[in-house]
Amino acid sequence: MHLQMIEIKNISKSYSEIKALDNIALHIEEGKLFGLIGPDGAGKTTLFRILTTLLIPDRGTATLMNLDTVTDYKKIRRQIGYMPGRFSLYSDLSVQENLEFFAQVFNTTIESNFEMIRDIYVLLEPFKKRKARDLSGGMKQKLALCCALIHKPKILFLDEPTFGVDPVSRKEFWDNLKKLQKTDNITTVVSTPYMDEAALCDEVALIQKGKILAVDTPGNISKKFSHKLFEVKTNNNYKTLLFLRKMDRIHSAFMFGNSIHLTLNNANEVTGLTTELTANNFEFSIKNIEPNIEDTFMELMQKE
Amino acid sequence: MNKVIEVENLTRTFGHFKAVDNISFNVEKGEIFGFLGANGAGKTTAIKMLTGILEPTSGKGKVAGFDIITERNKLKYKIGYMSQKFSLYEDLTLKENIGFYGGIYGLRKREIAERTKKMIARLQLGDIENTLIAEIPLGWKQKIAFSVATLHHPDIVFLDEPTSGVDPITRRQFWDLIYQAADEGITVFVTTHYMDEAEYCDRISMMVRGKIAAMGTLDELLHKHAAKDMDEVFLKLARQ
Amino acid sequence: MRTFLAFIKKEFKHIFRDKRTLLILFGMPIIQVLLFGFAITTEIKDGKMAILDLAKNRMSQQYISKITSSGYFILKENLKNYSEIEKSFKRGSIKIALVIPEKFAENLGNTNSSVVQVIADASDPNMATMLTSYLSGITNSFAIEKRLVPEVPIKIESKMLYNPENKSVFMFVPGVMTIILMLVSAMMTSITVAREKEIGTMEILLVSPLKPAIIIIGKVLPYLVLSLINAFTILMLGFLVFGMPMEGSRILLFLEILLFIVTSLSLGILISTIAQSQQTAMMMSLMGLMLPTILLSGFIFPIESMPRILQILSNVIPAKWFIIIIKSIMLKGVGIRVVWKETLILAGTSLLFILMTIKKFKIRME
Repeated sequence: MHLQMIEIKNISKSYSEIKALDNIALHIEEGKLFGLIGPDGAGKTTLFRILTTLLIPDRGTATLMNLDTVTDYKKIRRQIGYMPGRFSLYSDLSVQENLEFFAQVFNTTIESNFEMIRDIYVLLEPFKKRKARDLSGGMKQKLALCCALIHKPKILFLDEPTFGVDPVSRKEFWDNLKKLQKTDNITTVVSTPYMDEAALCDEVALIQKGKILAVDTPGNISKKFSHKLFEVKTNNNYKTLLFLRKMDRIHSAFMFGNSIHLTLNNANEVTGLTTELTANNFEFSIKNIEPNIEDTFMELMQKE
Repeated sequence: MNKVIEVENLTRTFGHFKAVDNISFNVEKGEIFGFLGANGAGKTTAIKMLTGILEPTSGKGKVAGFDIITERNKLKYKIGYMSQKFSLYEDLTLKENIGFYGGIYGLRKREIAERTKKMIARLQLGDIENTLIAEIPLGWKQKIAFSVATLHHPDIVFLDEPTSGVDPITRRQFWDLIYQAADEGITVFVTTHYMDEAEYCDRISMMVRGKIAAMGTLDELLHKHAAKDMDEVFLKLARQ
Repeated sequence: MRTFLAFIKKEFKHIFRDKRTLLILFGMPIIQVLLFGFAITTEIKDGKMAILDLAKNRMSQQYISKITSSGYFILKENLKNYSEIEKSFKRGSIKIALVIPEKFAENLGNTNSSVVQVIADASDPNMATMLTSYLSGITNSFAIEKRLVPEVPIKIESKMLYNPENKSVFMFVPGVMTIILMLVSAMMTSITVAREKEIGTMEILLVSPLKPAIIIIGKVLPYLVLSLINAFTILMLGFLVFGMPMEGSRILLFLEILLFIVTSLSLGILISTIAQSQQTAMMMSLMGLMLPTILLSGFIFPIESMPRILQILSNVIPAKWFIIIIKSIMLKGVGIRVVWKETLILAGTSLLFILMTIKKFKIRME
């Protein structure tokens, strides 16, 4: 049985008129890599700030390691690592200086916790004299991660660490996270607007407009998809899509890379669909596929 | 065929650093051209040269029929630009924003009014002409920003990571707009970190360390690099 | 303690790596002092003058040569009749005209009648007043020289005090120092805290076990040191370049300067608890602090000649009290027994700001 590291009970938070979080409940077990998946403005950052003791919720409570985020904030602050959204390092300090500073802020040294950051640091080492502002996007993220890890936190909060970063750097970043989880058993909460990254988490919560749409393992999330999903590939996807949208039997049709994902009001109508497409001279192939997280997210979004 | 972008041996150096290293390519009218690359690969520098903001160190190029070095002022009337950062003025209403951008491009009042009406109808936004941009949801803003960037009917529109952080449905609605624009003959030049979006493009180019490492249709690239999707192509090329 | 030192070290790195900050910190005081000292001096040299000499005798010749040799005036035109005076003024070739009457020598001995007639271009009132008073000074001493007047009339002597040469120098050194200290301490600290909020590092610092007091003192201390260096530079320039006197106790002066820096720093930190961006911090410091300091501290405009409401308002400007203290110590050489009231006001203000900061500083975000 895993230990509960984070317990969120019925948290709501509003900024004047806007409801940033609406009655959120979550629990996250020790050692899990937990993903908070949702677009900008979904409320991810607000939730992170509440968990990192920076904000007080209007309603509800949150505890980390059984410590309350409002009353025990001092104890919590010693044991968590936080990487805020976007770039949050001193751009006029070098890689080395940033690391040293954050180590000293937490009353430790780079050496004493070097094991923790070794894998990431070796990638940064060639640039250790370089100012943080001169690093590439991917390198900046790595440095920020090192800075958040330098005091060996029990829980790591990463707010959109891969935002605006190219696919290669993103992949490297996730590899690092996976490794950390394995070797140091850190509980990690990470938010991202990229749906494909959800598959890399142990558990994910889909969040949209301050509400949680679903919480589960990535595999199980896709099972919440309520229709049979078809993938259509054609020689002209856009034209096909426009045609499909006009058909009554189509429930939903979206572009997905070089194919179209569609659901029918009645899954048995697939033969009718093929006939109709053929009759209109479309060159196409159609097959039944498993929905992915993005499919599920979009369906849950539309139900809201 | 009508070439909207013609670039030959374009190079830009900063000190000893070659940000863009001898790139050559063409983009046809009405094409959706995906411009990919890792952070720092030189995409932004290339776009700055193509939009006439930055002078190349060597090489030449024509965009919308105008030379990017000698005719940059004429060029600017023929292009549209939208980035993730560039947005509309939050403290102005939609109508005021459109009036401002229309004015920059020398559109007449009547034209602006006409196009505004058309645009709002197309985006199905309802009665929001006099709403402050600050009060409009994020997903809509991106779509509005795109429509404003194409308000003056440019030959080509440059989109720099236009959909970053946007929810998956809005992202697709955004791409509907891109397809519509391409259908009307506007060439679309787009950068993105979403590889599925790269796959929506007619042609894709991939920059690695200042050079164009690959260019072609999706099928060509997948075939050439023996990959199942663009994500794989990207990883293979960027790690060379 | 180690944490604290790390923080201080980082602050100094920020300061020394930003050219703009460095310029404001070290370039500005020097430039300001020299600017006020040389360029904006209120003393006038080579006032263009026209003379209509109706006496045309030895006495009037001697008088004219005394005027032209004073260095304050330059003789542009010798006029022949009254009508030429206005023409010269309209041409803009002169600023002042002097008419020496036929009975010049006689009048010089008689204090009841006017000696000469002076016509000045009052479109530049400061210049006109000053040239006129120079001229009366010269006339007066000429009369004494010729032993035609037994005593120096009080009326003219008081005008000589208007000679701004000394007064402006003694006024601007304390004034510039006050403004620079305010700028460095209040504006720079509020901006540097706001910068951390903007780039997001403040979030990390808040989430870390760092105590708020460490963050505040760590931000403040480097600027305290730099402000002291600035004060020293300005004083040195004042002494060496402009011959500023130093009548009072140096230790007292140092302590008073330190006190004013603390006042300004606490004000800066208070601003930074409110301002969320560098721009806001800058606006608040400039509009809320710098302008009132310059306008209401008595540095440029004498408080005595302000409307009553502004006089009352000037009492809440810490700079006003600081300027009084500095001038008293440096020029009059008085001790703490004379300036204790002003000192107490500054100390009280600092305490108030610090208490307000402690109350306002947020361990969380909004």
